Amino acid sequence: MFARLVILVALGAALAAAPAEAEYADVVLNNRSEKEGVRAVIFSHWFHRIRFRCKVCHDELGFKMRAGANDVRMVDISNGKFCGMCHNGQIAWGAERCDLCHSGRSGLKSRIHGGHETLGPGRW
Amino acid sequence: MRATSKWLSGSSFRIVFDAVFHKEFVGLKSDKRLRWRTWVLVAALALVAQAPIAAEWVRQWLPLAKDGIHDPKSPALEVLQDPAAALSRLPADRVGNQVNWVAALEQGVINPRTNILPETKVRILDTDILLNLHGGTPIVRFPHRQHTLWLDCSNCHEHLFQSKAGANKFSMERILQGEQCGVCHGAVSFPLTACARCHNTPRNKPLPAAAVRGS
Repeated sequence: MFARLVILVALGAALAAAPAEAEYADVVLNNRSEKEGVRAVIFSHWFHRIRFRCKVCHDELGFKMRAGANDVRMVDISNGKFCGMCHNGQIAWGAERCDLCHSGRSGLKSRIHGGHETLGPGRW
Repeated sequence: MRATSKWLSGSSFRIVFDAVFHKEFVGLKSDKRLRWRTWVLVAALALVAQAPIAAEWVRQWLPLAKDGIHDPKSPALEVLQDPAAALSRLPADRVGNQVNWVAALEQGVINPRTNILPETKVRILDTDILLNLHGGTPIVRFPHRQHTLWLDCSNCHEHLFQSKAGANKFSMERILQGEQCGVCHGAVSFPLTACARCHNTPRNKPLPAAAVRGS
């Protein structure tokens, strides 16, 4: 009994250390997606910032730095705006490959994910 | 130290396994049982303490299929890269993505594009600003260089901060609510739990001469 208790405590401590969240700074875009019948978009900051500095999307492409604040429509993307500046089949996959971006599980709200994040009225 | 902890963890699994299934307990005298209990306790403690002993910091990233936001049935999961495949090669940090992104840039491990449009002027500023000069916590030495490696001036000026030194009124409350520095810190750059990275300059020593005094 004593031994089992010790083992349980040890295993509990080991499991508690494991992470259980989306990757830091992942963004869900779902202002329109699910209403239009496609999965929500998951944007991974970690993947993109390896390839592009913040200023490329947040200055050149005009993305506001607030999850949910950008009214991104597929027609804009197809016309080379927002994501479409790179997702055009040349720099990155084109807009016709819907599923690669629209990959979220159902019921997600537009917001930024990951641990440590702040909460409050300043956030979208 | 590493070898010891490895030996402990290896044999501890056997001891724990035996203990769970009473293999060694049945038919043993009481003093022997006591000795085994001590061993089990030592083994359990070794298991708990293993992470900090065996390595400085074991970084782990959830695969996309288990991150709670991707649809596990999405065909994207067969194509998209898992975080561990990319991030495990980058300089370590303990917070955020567990990547020190500025170090990754400075060490040349990554070289992300600065612009797409050829006419874009890529601007870098190398001026440190001292902030929180009259507060109780250590002074903030804000480095423009590390920020402009990633960002353009227009990302912060003038809507978040005025360019004139001393003109800005900072508030930790607003920052914690996602305003001012909190637009990025706590959302995408290192989080606000890492106080001393910003509050990095002691108040009771001469201030760095090269830095500009802000508010």
